[in-house]
Amino acid sequence: MSVKIKIVDAVKRYGNNTIISDLSLDIKEGEFFTLLGPSGCGKTTLLRMIAGFNSIEGGDFYFNDRRINDMDPAKRNIGMVFQNYAIFPNMTVENNVAFGLKNRKLSKDIIKQQTDKFLKLMQIEEYRDRMPDRLSGGQQQRVALARALAITPDVLLMDEPLSNLDAKLRVEMRTVIKHIQNSVGITTVYVTHDQEEAMAVSDRIAVMKDGFIQHVGTPKDLYQRPANLFVSTFIGRTNLLNGEVVMKDDKAVLVLPGKYEFVLDSIKEDEKKNQKVITSIRPEEFVVSETDTNGIPAKIEDSIFLGLNTHYFVRLETGEEVEIIQESKIDSIIPKGSSVYLGVKTEKINVFNEDGSRNIVTGVKNDLDIYRKG
Amino acid sequence: MSTMTTKKNKKKDVWLVISLSILAVYGLFLIYPLVKLLFQAVYVGGKFTLEHFVEFFSRSYYTKTITNSFVVSSCATIITLIIGIPLAYFYQMYEIKGKTALQIIIILCSMSAPFIGAYSWILLLGRSGLITQFIYNLTGFKMPSIYGFNGILLVLSLQLFPLVFLYVSGALKNIDNSLLEASENMGCSGVARFFKVVIPLCMPTILAATLLVFMRAFADFGTPLLIGEGYRTFPVIIYNAYFSEVGTNHAFGAAVSVIAILITAIIFLGQRFINSKFQFTMNALHPIERKQLHGWKNLLVHIYCWGIVLIAFAPQVYVIYTSFQKTSGKLFVEGFSLDSYREAFKNMGRAIPNTFLIGGLALLIVIVLAILISYLVVRRNNTANKVIDTLSMIPYIIPGSVVGIALVIAFNTKPLILTGSAAIMVIALVIRRIPYTIRSSVAVLQQIPMSIEEAAISLGSTKLQAFFKITVPMMANGILSGAILSWITIITELSTAIILYNLNTITLTLAVYVNVSRGSYGIAAAYATILTVTTVLSLLLFMKVSKSKEITF
Repeated sequence: MSVKIKIVDAVKRYGNNTIISDLSLDIKEGEFFTLLGPSGCGKTTLLRMIAGFNSIEGGDFYFNDRRINDMDPAKRNIGMVFQNYAIFPNMTVENNVAFGLKNRKLSKDIIKQQTDKFLKLMQIEEYRDRMPDRLSGGQQQRVALARALAITPDVLLMDEPLSNLDAKLRVEMRTVIKHIQNSVGITTVYVTHDQEEAMAVSDRIAVMKDGFIQHVGTPKDLYQRPANLFVSTFIGRTNLLNGEVVMKDDKAVLVLPGKYEFVLDSIKEDEKKNQKVITSIRPEEFVVSETDTNGIPAKIEDSIFLGLNTHYFVRLETGEEVEIIQESKIDSIIPKGSSVYLGVKTEKINVFNEDGSRNIVTGVKNDLDIYRKG
Repeated sequence: MSTMTTKKNKKKDVWLVISLSILAVYGLFLIYPLVKLLFQAVYVGGKFTLEHFVEFFSRSYYTKTITNSFVVSSCATIITLIIGIPLAYFYQMYEIKGKTALQIIIILCSMSAPFIGAYSWILLLGRSGLITQFIYNLTGFKMPSIYGFNGILLVLSLQLFPLVFLYVSGALKNIDNSLLEASENMGCSGVARFFKVVIPLCMPTILAATLLVFMRAFADFGTPLLIGEGYRTFPVIIYNAYFSEVGTNHAFGAAVSVIAILITAIIFLGQRFINSKFQFTMNALHPIERKQLHGWKNLLVHIYCWGIVLIAFAPQVYVIYTSFQKTSGKLFVEGFSLDSYREAFKNMGRAIPNTFLIGGLALLIVIVLAILISYLVVRRNNTANKVIDTLSMIPYIIPGSVVGIALVIAFNTKPLILTGSAAIMVIALVIRRIPYTIRSSVAVLQQIPMSIEEAAISLGSTKLQAFFKITVPMMANGILSGAILSWITIITELSTAIILYNLNTITLTLAVYVNVSRGSYGIAAAYATILTVTTVLSLLLFMKVSKSKEITF
């Protein structure tokens, strides 16, 4: 049976060092939830607090209505996949998977049945009698997952499970993980620093930095309407341009470098005032034109043809370098040194206040906001 | 082009010459003596005979010693495991106050010669021992006798549990913390986890420690000689058989030695077989972090660890104490003095320089040979070098007194007479104590990728230069940790040396033994104290040089 996880005002301290302070989070039942952030942001610490391997210095952790703060890790009914898999090197694949079941003193038949089921599910049946050192990285990963799931845990925790695999296997395994999670329907908390991986597997993502959650939302929310500047740069690639919002005839006009300006209706009502801003424009949100002079004047410095898309590296007249992705056209690539004008897809771009702490465009969905209001 | 190839061949030849030289050395100083020992045992007066073997097995006086040795060694091994494994577990899992001191004392306990332990337990618990008297005067209760089986068991257990501790500590350090967490995650924690996960993960090491402890217990003869009284063990018989024979014919001693070799070989092969069932590799990305315990659990763990260690260390402290006691003749009297030390320096003053000269020379040879052998074994794995590897490990399992007897039999007649010389002492020490350094050097060399040497070669050094300038410095710590163990076992060596020494080549350990057997306990205590101080200084020097706080074997 899956559970929902509720974390209220969690605090983690190592000595006098506060790693996490007043962190609150709701993880829905059956959801694939990812903690994403650069190394040292506290994501693994938080995961290990849920698992019970790190002490909790403050706040409350709930599985459904059960407070688990002081519950023994062995009693939390958690399946965990470790970064290095932590497969027992002295046991066969089968015994590894059966280990948790044996601890529950289940009958032999049930253990066998359950073990078989997950060996089959993870497609490692043929390796059941092998010792772990004779398995490849991907196979070990499957054993770790089978072992974690075999005890039918309430929650599945995964700590950077793909970081030890090569790039190709990583892509393959994340599909496997997503697929298995879907079919088992178990509440899953996944830790990674790889934003692409997070986007690929998650229902919702919490982006963390310096022990604080910056934004909680679906991959789409995070990408299209990031809550602040950090999230916009951490999720996907983007170009940051300094600009200004100027009120003209009650309309908010965004002024970008090169005096390129346009009315931006998506600015929030209470942000409609004269102010300096930082604009985040993703590479695909530019429109390149050689003829239409309504845009930011720039020069093409380099281009890379990648089949579907062509990447341009462009220098603005004001000196900033900008990366642009355009769908490849049949005629030709714009030659290096050409002068171009950059328009933007106004409905897509994001605008942040001067210190980057908030997005001033409407449509930001941050599930964290409920804690701020309360 | 042609100069390149000849150069290459020449380098190959250097290592081949080294290979063959080492083979020749082992042939002369190990194989030849052992073969001669076998001949001595089965050829009497030029005729093949098994009469000495028949004599041995037909008399229960002799055969009983084998059973005795088995029983007492097995019991001692089991007790060391029961004491040592939890000690290592607590030490690695929990914060223990004064853990560095604890470890140093544990090592010290293992470093003194076993018979010194026996002798100091006699001082404490013997018929007129300190504690025996104290309890008798206080309560009128007579302590059970420490002589015989109980005494041997006590001394060997307290002497050998540190080996289990050191081995298992090393294994625990290799366990990744996430394995323990994974187990806890699946509902297995505490005591259940200790037996289901920790012990199985340490099994290969536990088996290795079991073998080592059993072999040491089985081969030790100083302890049963001193404290065993009526309980005769096998090594004592070897020793007696050897010394009861006159002249140069040691037929019966040789026969008993051959039996000893067979027995230890069987045990060794048995352990190898069991060990092959527990093969797996581990490495720890995140080693176990020590946890702080609270309340009564914390108290119990501290009582256990410090209690065991202090009991094991008490005899050594008492020996040091008695070395400063005033003596009158052979008896201790009230008051303190340095007389024992004065006597010690006067009587066998040679013992101290001998220990450093003979031991130092042996250690030097051990280090050089071990570096060469480890290179041959790891980097040039051919048949000749495999043979060297096996040969070098043989003395590890043969009782020391047998090695001594074999060397005497081989080198007390022409063409090569070495008996009574310092050379034969050095040879015996080298072949007996080199396995430690070889094993640790091999282990380290296996960790060093060949590519580092290749990089040096590609930058223009020769293979020999690459090895000595790049690889050997990288191996330094591994060599050092093996060498310290070799050194300490060299200076505390008794069982071989007692057969080979004379007054000119006497060492500290032998001096202790000689004085104990003469009943000059004060002088013996003085020598033992000097030996302990030397051991402590060696350890401290090692820790300083290797910049490590912990010693691993």
